[in-house]
Amino acid sequence: MTTLLELDQVEAHYGPVQALRDVSLTVSEGEVVAVLGANGAGKTTTLRAISGTVSRSGSIELAGKQIRGGPEAAAKAGIAHVPEGRGTFVELSVTENLKLGAYTRRDRQVKEDIARMSEYFPWMVERGGQRAGTLSGGEQQMLALARALMGRPRLLLLDEPSLGLAPMIVREFFRIVRELNEKEGLTVLVVEQDARIALRSSSRAYVLEVGRVALTGTSEQLQGDESVRRSYLGY
Amino acid sequence: MVAAAFADFMQQVVSGLASGGVYAALALALVIIHRSTGVINFSQGEMATLCTYIAWTLTVNHGWSYWPAFVATVGFSFLFGVVTHRVVIRPVERGNVLRVVIVTIGLLIAINGFVVWQWSGEPQALASPFGTDTLDIGGVIVSVGDIGTIAVTIGIVILLWLLFQFTKVGLALRAAAVNPNEARLVGVRVTWMLALGWGLAAVLGAVAGMLTAPSVGLDPQMMQPILIYAFAAAILGGIDSPLGAVVGGLTLGVMLNLIGVYVDFVGAELKLPVALLVILVVLLVKPSGLFGRPEVKRV
Repeated sequence: MTTLLELDQVEAHYGPVQALRDVSLTVSEGEVVAVLGANGAGKTTTLRAISGTVSRSGSIELAGKQIRGGPEAAAKAGIAHVPEGRGTFVELSVTENLKLGAYTRRDRQVKEDIARMSEYFPWMVERGGQRAGTLSGGEQQMLALARALMGRPRLLLLDEPSLGLAPMIVREFFRIVRELNEKEGLTVLVVEQDARIALRSSSRAYVLEVGRVALTGTSEQLQGDESVRRSYLGY
Repeated sequence: MVAAAFADFMQQVVSGLASGGVYAALALALVIIHRSTGVINFSQGEMATLCTYIAWTLTVNHGWSYWPAFVATVGFSFLFGVVTHRVVIRPVERGNVLRVVIVTIGLLIAINGFVVWQWSGEPQALASPFGTDTLDIGGVIVSVGDIGTIAVTIGIVILLWLLFQFTKVGLALRAAAVNPNEARLVGVRVTWMLALGWGLAAVLGAVAGMLTAPSVGLDPQMMQPILIYAFAAAILGGIDSPLGAVVGGLTLGVMLNLIGVYVDFVGAELKLPVALLVILVVLLVKPSGLFGRPEVKRV
């Protein structure tokens, strides 16, 4: 498998506060990788460093090319970031949200792709005119995912998709992510508080503690690891 | 008698719509900037005045006719707005909105000073592109100038609406205004979108100025009362609602004109206080205006 994303000794700061100390990780083409950790461990910041929404140092490469600059550059390079707390434009319609997801694309297949979203989200097309802000929380999270897909990303970053959603909807969300991964070879880096579902949906995982990678392995290994079980799985 | 009174009333309505169209254009400029930058651009009127002087210079000193000068001025005003945002507004945009407000007030003074220095305070005449003819429509006498003014403002509003609603850049403009962080994540270059918004607002202002100058005369203070009317119109419609700005502008234009004519003690002189009264009443009774959504803060 070829490496798609490679972080090497990445550091990030919020003003004087250092949020990432030394994060090195890789994601291969077609892989689903999870990042686990307690609150404040640097999970969200890792994603922000990749998409350029926080100032960072160290090396971040996508397919061998350094990612520099702000989120606009990352989006152009093929990184789709679904931020924490659903990233939808609540004042715009569902269709407009999807169109914005395809903003960096120059091809003429955007309409077809919007129609194709009904494969994964059957409700979405017929409710295209509805304002995103009037959708339920689960629907907004699905819309955020669909919008990210509209960019035909090489790498999808998901930040705490389970936050504030009912367990059934979380399962449905991850089922769609796995389906996208299997059918379309979508590469995913997912940050998740809910370690159980994250480990079940990924092939490998990293555990962050105070801004560093504390542990890494296949998801199966980590599910069996005693410290992970006690700290993150709760049994 | 009744028919004559009705014809007279209709004439006042049409003439009110003409001034209302101008208020609507400038109000729309205020709304576009308020939605994206989050402040009232107090220099919007002076920017319009400056642009109108450019049009005047082109027609009087360079012998252009009105419409080529109009088009050139629209182009100039767009660049003027974009550059103003890039050079003056953007550096202070982060942090406290008060900083931007103060910068726009500074711009008001600076541009006004520049205009007086460059063109003197003497009133000038900009010829009307529509002439001074009148039309008789079923007994209602309306001036061609009023009809033309209404047509141009409606035209420009429709063009803008098409741009915002049906083009990719329009969608990006709206996205950048309502949610800049998300917009950057999908690849929208937000600071350029804000600059583009300032450019479009300046175009609206310039059009308002060029439509106003023929009837009221061009002088450095020309747009100041109109900015107050536009502000009242934007507040009346809901400060974040483009549709509200247009409806508010037209409503205010007609209302002020009718009050000025039919309420004796108001006359022409007290129109401005009436506009201020509108601002006050709307802010007290329904702060979100006719079309604005009430602001909901999640705690």
